[in-house]
Amino acid sequence: MRELYNVSASPHVRSGVTTRSIMRDVAIALAPASIVGVYQFGFAAFLVLLTSIASAMAAEFLWKRFVVKKKTPYECSALVTGLLLGMNLPASVPLWIPVVGSAFAIIVVKEMFGGLGQNFMNPALGARCFLLICFAGRMTAFGVEKASSHFMTGAASIDGLSSATPLAVIKNLEATQNICSEVSLSDMFFGFTGGVIGETSALAILVGAAYLLMKKIISIRIPAAYILTFAVFVYIFGGYAFTSDGFYYLACELCGGGLMLGAWFMATDYVTSPITKGGQIVFGILLGLLTGIIRVCGNSAEGVSYAIIFCNLLVPFIEKFTMPRAFGVVKKKKGGAAK
Amino acid sequence: MKKGTFKGGVHPYEGKELSMDKPTVKLLPGKELIYPVSQHIGAPAKPCVAVGDHVLMGQKIAEASGFVSVPIAASVSGTVKEIKPTLTVSGSICDAIYIENDNEYTPVPGLGDKRDYTKLSKQEIRDIIKEAGIVGMGGAGFPTFIKLTPKDENAIDYIIVNGSECEPYLTSDYRMMLEEGEKLVDGVRIILRLFDNAQGVIAIEDNKPKAIEHISELVKNEDRISVQVVRTKYPEGSERQLIKAVTGRKINSSMLPADAGCVVNNVDTVISIHMAVAETTPLMRRVVTVSGDAVVNPQNFNVKTGTKYSEVLEAAGGFKEKPEKLISGGTMMGLGLFDVNIPVTKTSSALLAFIKDPMLLVPEGPCIRCGRCVEACPENLIPQMMMEAAERFDDASFEAVSGMECMECGSCTFVCPAGRKLTQSLKQTRRSILDARKKK
Repeated sequence: MRELYNVSASPHVRSGVTTRSIMRDVAIALAPASIVGVYQFGFAAFLVLLTSIASAMAAEFLWKRFVVKKKTPYECSALVTGLLLGMNLPASVPLWIPVVGSAFAIIVVKEMFGGLGQNFMNPALGARCFLLICFAGRMTAFGVEKASSHFMTGAASIDGLSSATPLAVIKNLEATQNICSEVSLSDMFFGFTGGVIGETSALAILVGAAYLLMKKIISIRIPAAYILTFAVFVYIFGGYAFTSDGFYYLACELCGGGLMLGAWFMATDYVTSPITKGGQIVFGILLGLLTGIIRVCGNSAEGVSYAIIFCNLLVPFIEKFTMPRAFGVVKKKKGGAAK
Repeated sequence: MKKGTFKGGVHPYEGKELSMDKPTVKLLPGKELIYPVSQHIGAPAKPCVAVGDHVLMGQKIAEASGFVSVPIAASVSGTVKEIKPTLTVSGSICDAIYIENDNEYTPVPGLGDKRDYTKLSKQEIRDIIKEAGIVGMGGAGFPTFIKLTPKDENAIDYIIVNGSECEPYLTSDYRMMLEEGEKLVDGVRIILRLFDNAQGVIAIEDNKPKAIEHISELVKNEDRISVQVVRTKYPEGSERQLIKAVTGRKINSSMLPADAGCVVNNVDTVISIHMAVAETTPLMRRVVTVSGDAVVNPQNFNVKTGTKYSEVLEAAGGFKEKPEKLISGGTMMGLGLFDVNIPVTKTSSALLAFIKDPMLLVPEGPCIRCGRCVEACPENLIPQMMMEAAERFDDASFEAVSGMECMECGSCTFVCPAGRKLTQSLKQTRRSILDARKKK
């Protein structure tokens, strides 16, 4: 027991939400998508996720121990970074890929810029893009061979999967082929398609997102602005505008690729998104446009990762132009409040 | 009825159930009473008694020493022992008048006489309120007669009584509304006599249904007084937020409530106005909530000003366990205490004692830019950016992000998951900027 009272300036109470509890909630919210990923791609997917998490945590531990050398409260943020990176890898990658990726995410993208809260780019996506550039072949090997034992390769190996993801199929559709017969929207929604471990099931991601919204971990501003803008853009410019397949195509674009995972879990990353409420909407709109442009006009069928890390760089500017006006201040005065 | 509210704000644990259903207990003071000369914003009062003088209950012992200043009345009869510096709630030292209680409580002639205020002129009412030493009892302690003397009294259309009591644990205003509701309503009638175009609104948070019901019953035949239910949220009772909740008008830090046609007074202040004007009694008592998990019997006391906190605490049964933290006022804006041997003043609202200091439970980590402070800020600011400027001692940037609009309500620190002490830093920066402005 202390002899003296603690004297401190007000306030004297806390809400109970801590960085660690937030990270824990994000990890819980990612669980459904991870579980579907492991079901779909088997034990190999589980190993990739595990390696990714473990190496992210190890990288953080080593950096803190040997470089920072200061005791800091442990926030579990490396766990989330590792998990997100793992979910952004195909299950077929050799296990040194998640190790390299996690180390890059934690050390180069995060710690070198000052650690948690200081990085200007989403660490998991930064690492994913780094891996995509360095090891393009391994990073896009989505094909799953038909196999008799499904332990390692999961449900996907029952019938086998072609290496092309549904989005790639849509992108390279011949004029004679019909979109409705070439890709199955329900498979995309439930997650029975090819792709990276965590992105295939739109449903599982939405379940996790609902949890985050309910717990008020994220606000709906960024994902809503992102998805709506993207939907409008691809509907108009995707090549199926006002045709009978327009909405089928739109739904496939929404469920396909990294859009759901990106919009709900990556674009909403606190550190690398604007803190102003108006800025979050602007950020979402920019993401939607950029993703749409890359998917429709670009070479690749995918655009979410690049759109997000590019917009991450714009965050300081977005914040600058979206500073809210203080309560009761009518006109913007120079130098803030009046005397 | 539509519930008034504002954007932002937080919901701290209320803790009001500890003391809300316990009737106020009248507490007689011990041997020694201490009256600091500075119990309000503005110039300290000037003692007008000498050591050795015998004073009566209700007698003026210190007089106003400037325009923004009010007198102080003795709350007991007895002998002036000393005039010497004392420790006050804020931790500062100020001159105080020490009176030895003779336990007779002999009133000054005329104390408690009924007065028909309908025969008084506006100026007479204001003078009585000034002489009674009435200040804003919500905590700031701004002399009430100044609030009631705006530049253009015809421009005032709302007299708002702040019965929201949004600070956690505090129940003194709630008890007053239940126990002295008639006096409260009469106080509003008196204020309304000063403002011909105004209507009186008693704003109460929706977590106090009994008070809402009771006061609504009392004002049902009043043409000019009504009850406005406001949503339970901290800081609903902040002047700027309350004006928004009741009238929809917004004022900023450089404006006064009068600029929005409002005069806002605390419940206890309005009751004191009634006491002064209708019952010839100066401000010499204070209702104080004693609560918190370290207190044996949390309850409300009707205390004579000048009584020591230690006596009030004793009346509540003392501590269950030695607390880590003592607070004068609520948990969001109250002041941390390091001693209980300090006097209850006009602005004391509560004494809270907690076994554990919740501020120590969360270690301070780096900001993760989660934006919770932005969501919580009732002033629509970006506390995170203000904090960044404050940490760099960059006053220009601090002002550029409207830092001076901050009212230090504590919401940002309350919600911060990284355990950062935002409000505390912002306070410091605001003080240093204000000091620098004064020097110019």
